Amino acid sequence: MSRTILHVDLNNFYASVECLYRPELRDKPVAVCGDAEARHGIILAKNQIAKLVGIKTGEAIWEAKLKCPGLVTVSANFRKYLQFSRQAREIYADYTDQIESFGIDECWIDVSGSLQLFGSGSDIADTIRKRFREELGITASAGVSWNKIFAKLGSDMQKPDATTVITKENYRDKVWPLPVGELLYVGRSTRQKLQNRGIYTIGDLANRDVHRLRLLLGVWGETLWAFANGLDSAPVRLNGEESLIKSIGNSTTTVRDLVNNTEVKLVFYVLAESVAARLRKHGLKCRTVAISVRNKELYSFERQGKLQIPSFISNNIAEKAMELFTTNYIWDKPIRSLGVRGADLVTANGHIQIDLFEEDNLEPETLEQTIDTIRRRFGHYSVQRCAMLLDRQLTGFNPKEDHTIHPISYFK
Amino acid sequence: MGKVHVEVVAQHDKEGRIRPLSLLWEDGRKFPIDRVLDIRQAASLKAGLQGMRYTCRIGGKEVYLFCDEGKWFIEK
Repeated sequence: MSRTILHVDLNNFYASVECLYRPELRDKPVAVCGDAEARHGIILAKNQIAKLVGIKTGEAIWEAKLKCPGLVTVSANFRKYLQFSRQAREIYADYTDQIESFGIDECWIDVSGSLQLFGSGSDIADTIRKRFREELGITASAGVSWNKIFAKLGSDMQKPDATTVITKENYRDKVWPLPVGELLYVGRSTRQKLQNRGIYTIGDLANRDVHRLRLLLGVWGETLWAFANGLDSAPVRLNGEESLIKSIGNSTTTVRDLVNNTEVKLVFYVLAESVAARLRKHGLKCRTVAISVRNKELYSFERQGKLQIPSFISNNIAEKAMELFTTNYIWDKPIRSLGVRGADLVTANGHIQIDLFEEDNLEPETLEQTIDTIRRRFGHYSVQRCAMLLDRQLTGFNPKEDHTIHPISYFK
Repeated sequence: MGKVHVEVVAQHDKEGRIRPLSLLWEDGRKFPIDRVLDIRQAASLKAGLQGMRYTCRIGGKEVYLFCDEGKWFIEK
């Protein structure tokens, strides 16, 4: 049976919420920005007027102000955005129980089961958009299709406040002429590879021989080919269905650029402690540690390495991270941001192969759990590593609790 | 265009429903709310807010009274 899937994307979400609360800004170019003092001074979202003058998400505030001197910058209020996001989900919940968020402002909802009650997919999309306008005061774009990939493409086609329907009859005309980079999971490097083979549009991709794509991109070749042909059959998850965790990571843009190994080490320890604490909280251990490094020119890379035994100990993770870092970085540029991630997760109480000659990890594990307890009772900063005191400025953040919004993968 | 912050006397019942009974206008005058005609979630572009909207009859006129996280407003 063919499904009816909606993808709803709240237009310029952060900026729309800010403009709703401040009517005096509505006819001005507005951008929502991170905190410039903490060096998060980039554009997070902009309204339609700012979009037209070419302001881009991710730009530094000063760059944006050069393009548009009259730009009004407002700081982000995540509590408000989360509230609107929750209210949007409550509206979706009137039509189905299959609601899957993709970030804070996007959702897939599968309405196949409620077509008899509420009318066709595009009727439901229009009703939802109308309710958003009236009840929340913000607009949304909706895509309607029989699979999640095309629904998402549909929601990007017309903005703001519109419904786009992609059917099995019209997808060749509507989807195939789009540039291949529009497709989910075709990023910069995949797009380059495809373009080198003369694949410029989604249609080009769909009409290629799947075996050749497999040779070019591996298993991804098949996945992308299926995406392009509308063969994706991934279900829309049930509301509240917990996604399996694939990795746990934290990253930070440091208060100032890092210039030597000691500073990097300090930051890695803070991040590793948070990653380790979160692993313990979920009863998991990681077998692989990955780091991401971004220098001040915004060039970034990621490296990963295996641990000898699965671990949720911050020392193990931080040491591995440091090892990866020293073998992969030559200090040609100062560093702007760092990340640590534990991947390849196993349950914490699984059996492990003990090393005959080395000491086991039991003692450090008990120690870390004790620290968790102390921190829970007396606060995060009640017990700290001595090294953290070397530089309070660099280490004075708590990634575990300061973070609320996590990035999301399509393949959960 | 804008909103006026008002003080409200309201009745909270056991089910968690809220019924506004009277409101105190800026100039100190107190208006009893004769009837609540409609309660729904709504945004007001005019006032720049979003919350529970109570359509109230006050002195024969219909007025929108908004409650946004415990604060009460009227469109102006």
